[in-house]
Amino acid sequence: MDFFDFSGIVPALPGLWNGMIMTLKLMVLGVVGGVALGTVLALMRLSSSKWMANLAGAYVNYFRSIPLLLVITWFYLAVPFVLRWITGKDTPIGAFESCMVAFVMFEAAYFCEIVRAGVQAIPKGQMGAAKALGMSYGQAMRLIILPQAFRKMTPLLLQQSIILFQDTSLVYTVGLVDFLNASRSSGDIIGRSNEFLIFAGLVYFIISFSASLLVKRLQKRFAV
Amino acid sequence: MNYNWDWSVFFKSTGIGQETYLDWFISGLGWTIAIAVVAWIVALMLGSLLGVMRTLPNRFISGIATVYVEIFRNVPLLVQLFMWYFLVPDLLPQHLQDWYKQDLNPTTSAYLSVVVCLGLFTAARVCEQVRTGIEALPRGQEAAARAMGFKLPQIYWNVLLPQAYRIIIPPLTSEFLNVFKNSSVASLIGLMELLAQTKQTAEFSANLFEAFTLATLIYFTLNMSLMLLMRLVEKKVAVPGLMSLGGK
Repeated sequence: MDFFDFSGIVPALPGLWNGMIMTLKLMVLGVVGGVALGTVLALMRLSSSKWMANLAGAYVNYFRSIPLLLVITWFYLAVPFVLRWITGKDTPIGAFESCMVAFVMFEAAYFCEIVRAGVQAIPKGQMGAAKALGMSYGQAMRLIILPQAFRKMTPLLLQQSIILFQDTSLVYTVGLVDFLNASRSSGDIIGRSNEFLIFAGLVYFIISFSASLLVKRLQKRFAV
Repeated sequence: MNYNWDWSVFFKSTGIGQETYLDWFISGLGWTIAIAVVAWIVALMLGSLLGVMRTLPNRFISGIATVYVEIFRNVPLLVQLFMWYFLVPDLLPQHLQDWYKQDLNPTTSAYLSVVVCLGLFTAARVCEQVRTGIEALPRGQEAAARAMGFKLPQIYWNVLLPQAYRIIIPPLTSEFLNVFKNSSVASLIGLMELLAQTKQTAEFSANLFEAFTLATLIYFTLNMSLMLLMRLVEKKVAVPGLMSLGGK
């Protein structure tokens, strides 16, 4: 084979950058939506209502036992159908939106477990004290328990976000142009797909590695 | 709702030979299992070796294992798969390259790539678990073994590893389940495992929801049964006197 030639990467950088923006957009929206839905699920799992707790438990078990790739593929094919049932008319929906829904719903199951563990790690007395001050359950959760729990679980949430950052590459399957897909196609065009693949791997590595180093430092600072 | 549910679709002919859609699912499940089991064996062996390396006093050896773990944990699985499938064969010597690209049929070469990829990918995670297990053991275990005249390999083989493995069964189980889930990336290099067959059924039969429901059910059942199996194993081999027995 001919020697590696990485010179083709420089002119392709703007396209790769757009791909990276897409990757980051998917990750950030996935984390924000996933944490929001995950927190709701965690509160359901912790609620005294058996019915709610079981429902949330089933949700978590369900999404944790199937591959993310299956969820992405399924939602991509199914979301247009479901929307048609709901709205009664054809709603055009792109790969981006369906991937968003898939990431949020899938990651929520994982974030739920992190939030649940975080809340459970807060001493019981906190809730008792809040109630003694006349707060309702909701107020105590929102103002006392959750802020402390989130502080404690920040490293875990960030770790899960790094995993999601890597997992966004799976949108390749529905043809969404994220960083990996941008690298693949720009490499294919000039017949240098190997070089672009190495470059992509390197970029993913540098970002995740430095992010996880940061998380480790954070973990030390947050340690009680 | 005007979607026509039709669960009998799985018994209908696919129009290709005598096959029904159910046959596709069965063969897909077979591939999924074939990938996951072999990749798991690779991961367990390599991961244990790396995990032991990380706990050795020799800085150089433990450094190698650390670098391995960081590389394989920080590059997305799909990127690694593409590397094993597209890039690595190009780097092989000419005769191996010809063998891989021409003599092997496409399914075999995809299978080989996916098994190597998943095996090495998971090994990094197994390594961390094995290391945690060894480090969780009381230091006295190693000291006692040394005092009895065990050599380093004997200490690991006879004293540390047998205990470490039994502690880390729960996290190892979840890695084992992850291998099954992660094997679905094989569909992206054209291997007809479970997810690929599901997609194909959805396209051929237009019974999208039935196909994906069945796939979900299969993954779910696979997960649950493996989890139950591992719980049994865990109970069977639990180290007596530890809290993990439920305080008994």
